[in-house]
Amino acid sequence: MKKLTVCLLVFLLASSVLFAAGGTEQKSGVKEVVIGVFEPLTGENGGGGYQEVLGMRYANKVYPTVKINGETYNVRLVEADNKSDKTEAVTAAQSLISSGASVILGSYGSGVSIAAGDIFLDNQVPAIGASCTNPQVTLGNDYYYRVCFLDPFQGTVMANYAWQDGAKKAAVITQLGDDYSSGLGNFFSRAFQELGGNVVSEQRFQTNTTDFKSILTNIKAASPDVIFAPSSIATAPLIIKQARELGINAKIMAGDTWENSSIIENAGISAEGVVLSTFFDDADPATAEAAKFIEGFKKYLVENKQPDIIPAVSALGYDAYITALKAIELANSTKGPAIRDALAKVDLEGVTGRIVFDTNGDANKDMAFIKVVENGQFKFLKTVSVM
Amino acid sequence: MSMTTILQHCLTGISLGGAYALIAIGYTLVYGILRLINFAHGDIFMMAGYFMIFALTSFPWPVAILITLVVTTVMGIGIERAAYKPLRSAPRMSIMISAIGVSYLLQNLSTYLFTAIPRGYPEIPFLKRIFQMGELSASFVTILTPILTIILVVILMILVNKTKTGMAMRAVSKDFETAKLMGININRVISVTFAIGSFLAGVGSILYFTDRMSVTPFSGTLPGLKCFVAAVFGGIGNIPGAVVGGFFIGIVETLLVALGYSTFSDAFTFFLLIVMLLVRPTGLFGEKTVEKV
Repeated sequence: MKKLTVCLLVFLLASSVLFAAGGTEQKSGVKEVVIGVFEPLTGENGGGGYQEVLGMRYANKVYPTVKINGETYNVRLVEADNKSDKTEAVTAAQSLISSGASVILGSYGSGVSIAAGDIFLDNQVPAIGASCTNPQVTLGNDYYYRVCFLDPFQGTVMANYAWQDGAKKAAVITQLGDDYSSGLGNFFSRAFQELGGNVVSEQRFQTNTTDFKSILTNIKAASPDVIFAPSSIATAPLIIKQARELGINAKIMAGDTWENSSIIENAGISAEGVVLSTFFDDADPATAEAAKFIEGFKKYLVENKQPDIIPAVSALGYDAYITALKAIELANSTKGPAIRDALAKVDLEGVTGRIVFDTNGDANKDMAFIKVVENGQFKFLKTVSVM
Repeated sequence: MSMTTILQHCLTGISLGGAYALIAIGYTLVYGILRLINFAHGDIFMMAGYFMIFALTSFPWPVAILITLVVTTVMGIGIERAAYKPLRSAPRMSIMISAIGVSYLLQNLSTYLFTAIPRGYPEIPFLKRIFQMGELSASFVTILTPILTIILVVILMILVNKTKTGMAMRAVSKDFETAKLMGININRVISVTFAIGSFLAGVGSILYFTDRMSVTPFSGTLPGLKCFVAAVFGGIGNIPGAVVGGFFIGIVETLLVALGYSTFSDAFTFFLLIVMLLVRPTGLFGEKTVEKV
């Protein structure tokens, strides 16, 4: 009897897998195309990943259908959590492929995108990165595209800003094993040294570190003018607050990840004066699509119990989605290779500017917004373009 | 490296060590009584962080601290009642797996309830006051942590060695069955143990997060594991051992990072665990166990 129950349970469990897979099959006449969302919802980058997903969900709400060969297809988003972890990323990517995704969007965090890149390539499913800025994501991968600018550009922008601001000595803090952080840190150092500056201290920390005092004590001893600390949202307030606590007055700068209101919330008064570069400024919509997006998305954020400040990654998530739709329309197909060929021909006005891909699969973006934290808000400082 | 830099590093290390010591005691106490490694302990510590955040939004800080400590203690006892007590006669492995389950449950529950976006830990003004001693600069909590740790450990030692409850705890840890036959209320003793462990994790949590200022659902994982190593290093089941282990790991870790070897700071902790288990499995202060037949 007991054996029978066990057998029955095993059978039920096994069949649940069948049902899960069966969900992607077309139902009763309504044709649908699946877009996979490959983003971290948990783990170190869970917060930022969620904001990017919100942008995609909103885009799906605004544009729920796509026309292929004159027929209307419903677009269904299938989300897979890559847990900010390179091993989990591979599993998540595979689950998206097996759920029949025609295009995949994501991910927040370059490391996981690089880890999953080969899977998309091998299965010939094109992927569109929203905010993964490391060059390695698209380099040598014919199936990876992205709608944001790259780290060498971003590093140069920040180095130029620091240099023009009168900084001669810089300290760099990067996270070990994080492709985004160490990549951007390196590009900054290189650009800053080329300008004639001096990198006086390079410190590294482990993932999940919460105590930066020892690193910062070393930096204090080197007395830099600026500290460049590209890192995750979770670590940012810790670095900022502990630096101020140790009496370090140098200007703290970082990359796109830091444009997140939770940093100001957590670091409070210490966050004043922090400078960062980002993709998007909601006070200055660059395109008609942007104006429309800003209005609608603010309401959507409130509905989802988020502060009504638009994170740049949400805008990029939205852009990644509409780029995918455009490519599917151009390709007139739900097949991966056809969509990929179409992506190369995409030319559209997104929320973060015009999106055209170069041969490498990177959007031709040559403008970054520099923002500074002032009175508890991100204040637009200037735009910088580097050719 | 100048003298002030070295002193600053030492201060950071001792403070970190103090918080580690408080958590390590929780592991050691529970192991001593139940022979269980309570993997959920790090997550209780994390939950205490969230309790404090919510308590401080509506109460002044002395009340908020009290609420946090009480709720954390009750949660510790509750977890024991719900997840460990029904398994008391089950093989030891089952209860350990249950502990791992509780750990993941707490992590994912808090991800669901509070999202993975880090929450700012509220500032308690008098703890955050910054002290300047010459070139040294530290907040009050950094200095308070090791002092409070020592005071609490002394009180705990008195409790264990001088009171009736303490005697019961020692008896249970020596021989579970005999203690039961002698009329000791095992369930009460175990509840008290979890209460003390969770209370100390609550205190540790307040000190640790005030200094580090943000809580995520995964904040408890790594400190939890490190404190487990600290407990093993000092001799699991031994309270002063756990304290020494906590301070040792805190200081060495800080110094390794200070010297630029942050790559190895975590590796060191777990390397220490392996070496200790190979060379002296009973830890620094652990008693040699004699196999009874």
